[in-house]
Amino acid sequence: MDQSPTPPAGTPRTILIDPVTRIEGHAKITIHLDASGSVAAARFHVTEFRGFEAFCAGRPFTEMPALTARICGICPVSHLLASAKAGDQLLAVTIPPAAERLRRLMNLAQIIQSHALSFFHLSSPDFLLGWDCDPARRNVFGLIAADPELARGGIRLRQFGQTVIERLGGRKIHPAWAVAGGVRTPLAAADRDAIRAGLPEAFATTRAALALFKHLLDGPLAAEAAVFGDFPSLFMALVGEGGAWEHYGGRLRLIDGDGTPLGGDLPADGLGAGPFDALLAEAVEPWTYLKFPYYKPLGPEAGSYRVGPLARLNVCDHIGTTGADSELLELRQRGGRVVTSSFHYHLARLIEILAALEAIEALLDDPALGDSHVRARAHLNAFEAVGVSEAPRGTLFHHYRVDGDGLIEAVNLVIATGQNNRAMNRTITQIARHHIQAGPSAGAEGGAETALPEIAEALLNRVEAGIRCFDPCLSCSTHAAGEMPLHVQLLGPGGELLRERWRS
Amino acid sequence: MKLRLATVWLTGCSGCHMSFLDLDEWLIELAALVEVVFSPIASDVKTYPEHVDVALVEGGVGTSDNLALIRQVRQHTRVLVAFGDCAITSNVPGLRNSHPGADTVLERAYLQLSDSSGCLPQAPGIVPELLEQVLPVQAVVPVDVYLPGCPPPAARIRAVLEALLRGETPVMEGAELIRFG
Repeated sequence: MDQSPTPPAGTPRTILIDPVTRIEGHAKITIHLDASGSVAAARFHVTEFRGFEAFCAGRPFTEMPALTARICGICPVSHLLASAKAGDQLLAVTIPPAAERLRRLMNLAQIIQSHALSFFHLSSPDFLLGWDCDPARRNVFGLIAADPELARGGIRLRQFGQTVIERLGGRKIHPAWAVAGGVRTPLAAADRDAIRAGLPEAFATTRAALALFKHLLDGPLAAEAAVFGDFPSLFMALVGEGGAWEHYGGRLRLIDGDGTPLGGDLPADGLGAGPFDALLAEAVEPWTYLKFPYYKPLGPEAGSYRVGPLARLNVCDHIGTTGADSELLELRQRGGRVVTSSFHYHLARLIEILAALEAIEALLDDPALGDSHVRARAHLNAFEAVGVSEAPRGTLFHHYRVDGDGLIEAVNLVIATGQNNRAMNRTITQIARHHIQAGPSAGAEGGAETALPEIAEALLNRVEAGIRCFDPCLSCSTHAAGEMPLHVQLLGPGGELLRERWRS
Repeated sequence: MKLRLATVWLTGCSGCHMSFLDLDEWLIELAALVEVVFSPIASDVKTYPEHVDVALVEGGVGTSDNLALIRQVRQHTRVLVAFGDCAITSNVPGLRNSHPGADTVLERAYLQLSDSSGCLPQAPGIVPELLEQVLPVQAVVPVDVYLPGCPPPAARIRAVLEALLRGETPVMEGAELIRFG
């Protein structure tokens, strides 16, 4: 059981991984060793910041969906929806039924494309090519060479999601489509049929990936689940009617490590500024641009929680579609009613792709989906709102306050990835402690200097892979092929550089 | 002899990189023609290599790390492509340039919108400092090809890459190739 990293003052050695690769953003990892060469702590440093909360001040709230979409090219739809939902409340309108269904359809498509990217393009090289594979090949292009059919399936699955977004919003990335009051355009019958025609292949790819990954979990990856961030924590996600899996509306629920709900569920739409401020606070650490949100009543440590695919599957009672529910049952047989190993984020992601495909299939049969009335119009009727939606990586909040002209006076964005910040730090600390011990360690390639514990590149890749479990989107959270060199610095107790070694 | 390709991500949203992945199955053909020698999404290489033929650079120059990397990229790259509107104009990240200095922007996020632990992030050598302004790439180093869009659609990216693969300089003209936004 790890404690979260505490400031490792005066620890004599630091291992730096810079940059962390095959994640969506800019980050570094430092591993701090104590005098005996054991791991004292590992830290995840996010190294970018853009300042949306400052420069959005003064903009009209109607501009916010398209502007905040530019927080992130991976999940622009999440910001589009959270921002438009805040806008719905500023207009004080109920959006037309077709608009809600169309927004849901786009969000489901985004979950599919984003999860496919995470699993196939970014993470599967670790599982399929091996932790120890040559770093120059351990990437999507190496996957194309080693398993062209799997790579093609993953590429086409992501394409399916992106194409649905394009059919709805006119472009794959940054569509200016969801607006305060609904969406700009209805769905044409021809587009509905084209989406339907793509489903069988998407289902087949997803089921094959599930079968393959579960086979790996029962074999070569069995050991990883125990050390890849396995610890109890709170989980937060939206839930729908009767506790069903939810990604767009419904109610906001937090559960503790036993699955017991904390406090009462809050409505996702119309979550007022008061309840929102009472719910969450954000802590700052000087060594990263990524803040640490927590559940306010329990404080920064006990109140740290996880969001995203695994949280949504832990928080819901059931999914509500046949195939995904059967996978959910199997996940709980594997990991318990509340699954605590962060490694299972990968499996949860695949299950959610299946859930999203089944939900799309059901939506396409809904006659209300094709209705042409998709936008409610009104003037400004409220001055403060919180828009909530589930991004692929977890719950997303856009909190706006506007003046009488609808210009933004204050904006606070609480981003999915940030809410996993504490958990990511705990995860890499756990992996580093497991794999890096004082003295010669497993996986060493010889040639060690006696003063340094031997650290193979593959072990450092596992530490990075601990981050990849969470599929962090650092674009969002900071609205803020050759050889991988390893830079190990030996620092004295006063921080002076004693020795430095580069290994490539 | 495969073309040595790099992709670089500075201060941007990764949308241009995602649009590169929207090349979809053409990526499989591309894999036979290029060697991806550096990329945040498609490589585990940590240091910018020498003798790069083409680099697609997304984002503006907003931090001290961005500045160091773009200089390395320019030094070791034959054709530097300013990839997307943020690289060309600083675009949305450049909206912070109207604020009086980087600290006022940081204070909003880390002092006003935080609990009592609020402080400005500072970890020399780990957390890079923000530059006072987010600069377009050509304000820092010379640019060879401008590839606009927010993000550039995949077809536009492919047209530029195909010209470069033929050893030609892409001719950027007409609404399909030079539209911003």
